[in-house]
Amino acid sequence: MTLGQGVQFVTFILLAAMMLGSALGVVLLENIVYSAFLLGGVFISMAGMYILLNAGFVAAAQVLVYVGAVNVLILFGIMLVNKRQPLTPMARAWLSQVATGGVCAGLFALLTVAVLKTPWALSDLTPIGEGAIIEIGKHFFSDYLLPFELASVLLLIALIGAIVLARREFIPDVAPGQPEPDTLQLPERPRELVSASSLSDLSES
Amino acid sequence: MQLQYFLIVAAALFCIGIYGLVTSRNVIRVLMSIELMLNAVNLNLMAFSNYLDPVGINGQVFAVFVISIAAAEAAVGLAIVLSIYRNRDTVDMEQFNLLKW
Repeated sequence: MTLGQGVQFVTFILLAAMMLGSALGVVLLENIVYSAFLLGGVFISMAGMYILLNAGFVAAAQVLVYVGAVNVLILFGIMLVNKRQPLTPMARAWLSQVATGGVCAGLFALLTVAVLKTPWALSDLTPIGEGAIIEIGKHFFSDYLLPFELASVLLLIALIGAIVLARREFIPDVAPGQPEPDTLQLPERPRELVSASSLSDLSES
Repeated sequence: MQLQYFLIVAAALFCIGIYGLVTSRNVIRVLMSIELMLNAVNLNLMAFSNYLDPVGINGQVFAVFVISIAAAEAAVGLAIVLSIYRNRDTVDMEQFNLLKW
């Protein structure tokens, strides 16, 4: 084994250990904030794996989109629905956990056997490496053009849909001296809000 | 033997995601488990692209689409969670049982 292959192998073992350890932390830890940060660890080690697979562009896209957007969004969601109330314990919850663990272990065994038994048609061409981004661009505008356009439409739909689902009611103008109406309170975190009229006082002075 | 290593790691990540999806009581942890499963699928696609199709890299294009779809789905899923939390004042999956018989 050459030095390069040895380094690749050791890096792969480290990244796999980091990824699987973080993934176990995501699903097993009680504190959900720890799980969210370990999910970021999973995403970063996945980007490392993509670099091992000669895919620099997709690794950068993974860090930007998953760590930068999805993980931050999940953390915002956790902060907004942070109900600090212990969950009522279910009777015999360990039974469902053991059963699910058994099913997952069986599925993993099945997949491993399938992976090891299949005669993969490994290609001996050299990977294009740095030319991947040009090739991806060519694919996006030739044979993957329709999925590309549909993905943009889907992102627009998801944007509008998320706003419509998560928005609150229209904030009415309140004259000074009147009590704050209930609609101004944040349903997730009730606290003091500045009404629209006092803000307009500040802008006029 | 390198391709099989990546596929086995992806299979393990997928099974961990399924375990989290079925057993979590917090609905945000369910969303995180779905992201784990999508990442496992992405790792599979990228491994196949590197070892079976290194010049055409169709697997990488597919993986980019999966990343964008997963981000959109995470946004909509969290909007739904927020909306449910306002109505039911809980994020416990055991309480979301209106469709149960």
